[in-house]
Amino acid sequence: MKTRHFVAAAIAVLALGAVAPRVVGNGYVFYAGFIALQYVVIATAWNILGGYAGFVNFGSGAFVGVGVYAAVFLFNALQAPLWAQILGAACVGGLLGLGMGYLTLRIQGVYFSIGTLALTTVVSTFIVNWSFVGAARGATVMAPHPQIWFPNVVSYVFFAMLTMAVLSVAIARWIERSWIGRGLAAIRADGNAAECAGVPTLRLKLLAATISGALLATAGAPYPYYASYVEPDSAFSINYALNALAMPLIGGTRNWTGPVIGALLLSGVEQAATVTIPSEINLLIVGLVLIGFVVLAPEGLLGLAGQAVAWGRPR
Amino acid sequence: MTLNLALNAIISGLLLAGVYAIASLGLTITFGLLQIPNVAHPTFIVLGAYCAQLLNSFGLDPIIAGLLFTPLFYLGGVLLYQIYFQTFERRGCSDTLQSFTFFFGVALVLQVSLILVAGVDLTSVNAPYIGKSLRIGPATMPYRLVIPFVIGMTVGLGMWLMLMRTRAGLALRAVAHDANALRICGLSPTRAKANGFGLAMATASLAGAALIVVSPVDPFSGTQYIGRTFAIVVLAGMGSVPGTLVAALAIGVVESLVITFVGATWAPGVAFAALLGTLAIRPSGLFGIAR
Amino acid sequence: MRPITRRTFGKLAAAASVTAAAPIRLAKSAEGPIRIGFSIAQTGNIASGGKAGLAALELWRGDVNAAGGLVGRQVEFVVYDDQSQASNVPGIYAKLMDIDKVDLLLLPYGTNLTAVVMPMVVQRNRFVIGQFEIGQNDKFGFDKFFEVAPWGPKPGANWCRGYFDLAKRQGYKTLVVVNSDAEFSANAASAGAKIAEEYGMKVLSVQHYPPNTVDFSGILRTVNAAAPDYVFVASYPAESAALIRGISEIGIADSVQMFGGAMVGVQYAQQLASLGSALNGVTNYDTYVAAPTMNFPGVGEFLERYQKGAERDKVDALGHFLPPFFYAGGQLIAAAVKAAGTVDEDKMAKWLHANATDTIVGPIKFGPDGNWVESRIIWDQYRDVADNNLDQFRKPGKQVILQPEALQTWKLAAPYSKARN
Repeated sequence: MKTRHFVAAAIAVLALGAVAPRVVGNGYVFYAGFIALQYVVIATAWNILGGYAGFVNFGSGAFVGVGVYAAVFLFNALQAPLWAQILGAACVGGLLGLGMGYLTLRIQGVYFSIGTLALTTVVSTFIVNWSFVGAARGATVMAPHPQIWFPNVVSYVFFAMLTMAVLSVAIARWIERSWIGRGLAAIRADGNAAECAGVPTLRLKLLAATISGALLATAGAPYPYYASYVEPDSAFSINYALNALAMPLIGGTRNWTGPVIGALLLSGVEQAATVTIPSEINLLIVGLVLIGFVVLAPEGLLGLAGQAVAWGRPR
Repeated sequence: MTLNLALNAIISGLLLAGVYAIASLGLTITFGLLQIPNVAHPTFIVLGAYCAQLLNSFGLDPIIAGLLFTPLFYLGGVLLYQIYFQTFERRGCSDTLQSFTFFFGVALVLQVSLILVAGVDLTSVNAPYIGKSLRIGPATMPYRLVIPFVIGMTVGLGMWLMLMRTRAGLALRAVAHDANALRICGLSPTRAKANGFGLAMATASLAGAALIVVSPVDPFSGTQYIGRTFAIVVLAGMGSVPGTLVAALAIGVVESLVITFVGATWAPGVAFAALLGTLAIRPSGLFGIAR
Repeated sequence: MRPITRRTFGKLAAAASVTAAAPIRLAKSAEGPIRIGFSIAQTGNIASGGKAGLAALELWRGDVNAAGGLVGRQVEFVVYDDQSQASNVPGIYAKLMDIDKVDLLLLPYGTNLTAVVMPMVVQRNRFVIGQFEIGQNDKFGFDKFFEVAPWGPKPGANWCRGYFDLAKRQGYKTLVVVNSDAEFSANAASAGAKIAEEYGMKVLSVQHYPPNTVDFSGILRTVNAAAPDYVFVASYPAESAALIRGISEIGIADSVQMFGGAMVGVQYAQQLASLGSALNGVTNYDTYVAAPTMNFPGVGEFLERYQKGAERDKVDALGHFLPPFFYAGGQLIAAAVKAAGTVDEDKMAKWLHANATDTIVGPIKFGPDGNWVESRIIWDQYRDVADNNLDQFRKPGKQVILQPEALQTWKLAAPYSKARN
């Protein structure tokens, strides 16, 4: 997709998102839309490190939760507006990613993944002991009513999340096409060979980890306004880690469109399942879909589409 | 007074480490030796706990029940490995992302199946020794911790002997080192790996029995052990059974001391700190060979 | 569902025509079934409570429909599974209100999930029934909110006051607080500590621990070393069991006169059966126990019917803790609709504030904040409990009520170490 087409599409999407709150009366669209867009950000952010560089992050919940609580902290301490909360969350998430990366990526990628398995528990332990942000008792955040344009809080955070989604996709696309993306692809293929070829592997790994962490945190920042009450269990929910893994896998990890497709598809299915199948079956379906895709379609839907195209082409 | 507290804390930690050890031993093989990231292992342990509870409801001692299920779990492990092999290793893409996710999916499906079959409530077992303690001097040791500790150490010893003295164990250590060399010697690496995976699953059955003796279990219990078990395997040095036992003991004792003297709320951080510390200072672990 | 017979159809048609003549709100259907919408935890951490509550609600719905429905209309549920995840709830309730357009709403089960939807229902001015949340209406003062649990007024700070009233009556002066780092326990612990200080008691220490701790030897030894008069525990199910087992193993200091408080999980059938005699002496909170002072009309028969279906639905076998109150919530709605003559949320709310409703958990009268006018949380002590016997709890005698005084059936047996045997 040529850059100018992409930019045009992005502007169109943002314009639609800005106009919708004034036009659409049905609140449900914004509630469901917020969740879907949040997952677009999470899947895209995860994929920068997971798909492009090949380092699996099992602790996406830790980063999202850190973003949630950074927002709570800034709101409680400084009455910071939403954009400042998002920025603050990005800084904290980036630092966390950098730290984890520095400690583990120097050795072997698999240790990074193992570290992230435990990361969520540890970060939430810190939060649970910090009473300024509510600790285990939870924190109530009553968002101020939007001053201009937006008729209510939910459409405002919806638009904020839409902006973050467009931004994160743009960043992912830029990385993929730049020298950074090529370097990451080399690292993913064979780290030692890349190092020998002169790719600055450590710096690129740390860069990817930082950006991924920062974007994951921004996905969490608008949540306090959305829900008006946060506590550690929901902020660090295992669902974030699970979906961050499943969505890029289903959509395809090599390209920026994969996580978007996977996120919209899976969150759409999950929303439909939550609201139409009242049982544990929807969790079972996610697990089976995950296994199915990994076994049958390792390149995700994009891979399947690519294969179909190649198969259809005349030889 | 403080000495008494410290002594009992250390003893509690050592005992609890028995459970950690037996939970991690399976991973020592699959992840440490075979490099297969089986994140579903803790969920299989929970399955083992439920199986033990099933027989226990007919009056059988839970540990015996766990023992009885080991052959079944072994076969299950072999089967699971075959699926993994056909899907990943055969295709040459034992790509970390895919294989991690495969086991993640398996863990999820297993957990939900447990919920569908057994419900979300806590399950526990009855045994005559649960609720009583052994008193030696100033130390008080609850039997429900002593028994799993004994089992953990026994299984650990057994596994170490198997790896060091038997041919199957030798093949396992060899295939971890160099699969092609094994082929040249005329042995099938797939057979060796399948055997190893099956053994790891068998330990999960016993680990589950030990777990449910220590405390009630529900389908979500597995998630609490993931971080600890992997941290232990890494601290141990990948693939070292004595290392696993020592690492489990170390983490158990430190956790217990932290609970008593610093505050119980920081206990989960111990395993994580151990993991990061190991990676920062000595990545090959306590007993591992530098790779 | 049974097919509609001609007689039922006739009744419905008559009801529909009568209702059609009455003034109606454009957004709601005036004929056809009354649709009550809500989300409840059927999977996830609190699913055991959610499913038990849902089973009770379904029993109520069956009863109401068999008797001809509410104001002649059959009752239907539009229920979703929120998976115990607070983030799912706002979207579900937006769907219930904007797309499903249900007639009445019930809140989700539990505080965490209710908290995220309160601003929405307050802003949209919808009548809601709270289901075991605590204190979520404290900051809104919403007049269409009614909580089924017997917490009493200003529950956030006061629901556990009864335990401390009991301690005060006994003359105890020092305590240790033990609590889990999770929402309900942390809140109970901090509220409890404040009440203790208000009564002039000294909190010697606060031992808090991460959720799912399995070994309490360290904490118990620290408690024993402090030698308090009583201990206030706020724990979750797995920990409650581990704590009580830990006491059997480590022992408890003789200075401790009373032990227990806000231990969740002890009320559940599975724990009652498996902990058995280890529970003796523990003083804990309950919402309902089989005692002569709690023999309200209808509750015994409800429990019998609930327990029959419990095995099949895989929910709590005894059903003492939540189900009777969920059922009572349905009865509140039925009474309000009947009094208002139609599903008119303003009229229903006014009537409920002005009148006491008879339910299977006794007469319920609401204060202005939507909570019960007086707290009827039971503080009971376990006596002579045998192992592995669930039936013993169906009859009075094993859980003797100490507080509130109005329902008291026995005196506290102290010290705790003696009461254990």
